[in-house]
Amino acid sequence: MSAALLEAQGVEKRFGAVVAAADVNVSVNAGERVSLIGSNGAGKTTFVNMITGYLKPDTGQIRFDGRDITALHPRAIVGLGVARSFQIPQLFGELSVRDNMLVSGACHDAHLSYWQPARRAAAVERAETLLQRFGLAEHRERRVVELPGGVRKLLDIAMALTVRPKLLLLDEPTSGVSAEEKFPMMDTVMAALGTERDTTVLFVEHDMDIVARYADRVIAFYSGRIIADDVPDKALATDDVRRYVTGELLQEAAA
Amino acid sequence: MVLAVLGLFAPKWLTYLVTMSAGHGLVSLGIVALMRGGVVPFGQGMVFAIGGYSAALLFNKAGFTDALGLALAGGVMATLIAAPFAPLLARYRGIFFAMLTLALSMVTYGLGMKIELLGGSDGFNVGRATLLGWRPPDAQVGYVLYLVTVGVATLMALLARVYFDSTRGLVTLAARDNELRVEYLGGSVRQAMSINFLLAAFCGGVGGALVVLSLGHIEPQFSYWTTSGEFVFVAILAGWQSVAAVFVASTVLEVVRSFSSSYFPNTWQLALGLFLLFVIRFLPRGIGSLWWKR
Repeated sequence: MSAALLEAQGVEKRFGAVVAAADVNVSVNAGERVSLIGSNGAGKTTFVNMITGYLKPDTGQIRFDGRDITALHPRAIVGLGVARSFQIPQLFGELSVRDNMLVSGACHDAHLSYWQPARRAAAVERAETLLQRFGLAEHRERRVVELPGGVRKLLDIAMALTVRPKLLLLDEPTSGVSAEEKFPMMDTVMAALGTERDTTVLFVEHDMDIVARYADRVIAFYSGRIIADDVPDKALATDDVRRYVTGELLQEAAA
Repeated sequence: MVLAVLGLFAPKWLTYLVTMSAGHGLVSLGIVALMRGGVVPFGQGMVFAIGGYSAALLFNKAGFTDALGLALAGGVMATLIAAPFAPLLARYRGIFFAMLTLALSMVTYGLGMKIELLGGSDGFNVGRATLLGWRPPDAQVGYVLYLVTVGVATLMALLARVYFDSTRGLVTLAARDNELRVEYLGGSVRQAMSINFLLAAFCGGVGGALVVLSLGHIEPQFSYWTTSGEFVFVAILAGWQSVAAVFVASTVLEVVRSFSSSYFPNTWQLALGLFLLFVIRFLPRGIGSLWWKR
């Protein structure tokens, strides 16, 4: 068993009367690929936002790589090796695809330079390697605002991987992508991550076929609580998940 | 080099016009540095005036007369005085940033009007500058200041180009598009904005000092909001892509100002306004976009 890379202990978060996280306890080992599932408003993205420092828990503690990151600024958490993509891709619309990658690479440098060219050969080569890996090379000169949704999703994830993070959080990586493109897209992402499993992946997902194929483990949320935490076959078969997440039990009852 | 040679043969009114264009253009260059990050200051008259007053006071009160040294001193003083405000202004965007900078410039204007040391509303005159210990004869002072101003402007334009093309420059452009993502990639948007504000202050201060030396006079009008507006006018006219465009736009303003104030003195702002409307409608990225496609 590998050591826990990410640990959340007794995490709670409320927005007024809405409970977004209630006594959330999660431990994720290095190298795992974990899917967070749940209906809209279940608390998945809130959990991701708390890990990345965008939201602070009301109570509880989040530890990453042995360090308490609960109160850290998002930038500090990024510096520790946490990267994320977004449900709605967060890109630099007026810049080219390659420049988006270059910005990503530059931001990871400890000290931004006032004179070192952003488009220097080494940086461009690094960006080009990732663009090739994600099948985005043909779009390199295009401005992001001109790109179709699926390409934007891939670019969003590629940027998060510019400097290999220890923990990668993907917020609904296949949302807004056509059904036939979902598996090829996830195949591309997983291939880009490589087989060494040196990047731990947490991904929020609504498509249970994607979850079953790409996750080692599933954590299901409902009303801010964890209702299942197991390997996909077992987690997806629990009554709570079938009732509150996939809705299968409700459909059966209605039939 | 070409400009230096041309200056030898050009009539005095033309070298003076180019000197003013280069000096004012430096202030607008600072605005362009901020525009690349998505904010437009409406108060660069403040750093322009601080640079001018610093150079003029050093000249008159301390007896320091070297043009290059005074230009540098103007830039440094403007940066030092702007520094405490940088962290505050870096938190604001859009109209709030514009209005806060405008407020600071009008406070500077008010101080200039009231403080006796600064000459009150009339300001005060400045003598003829020297260059590296050499006191140029009266007939050559204009040309020497032309050389210094154009030389400093060229150097700072080149440095600005290097900065704009650097990793920090690219991150500034990215911040204009999406601050959230810059932060999530590990970049600090506020730091970028603060640094750009200070660089803009330095540019404005150097520009103010150089203009004062050529003009031979300083007054609170340097910090008045209409002066700041002219700098913004030039920056919008130039666009944020090309550095050379800033100085082209600044020259356009000086030419229009010079000729229209001679031939139609009461309506030259009308000509400027129409020209700006035309540029915004047909060249929304400024005249620099005519040759800068990236």
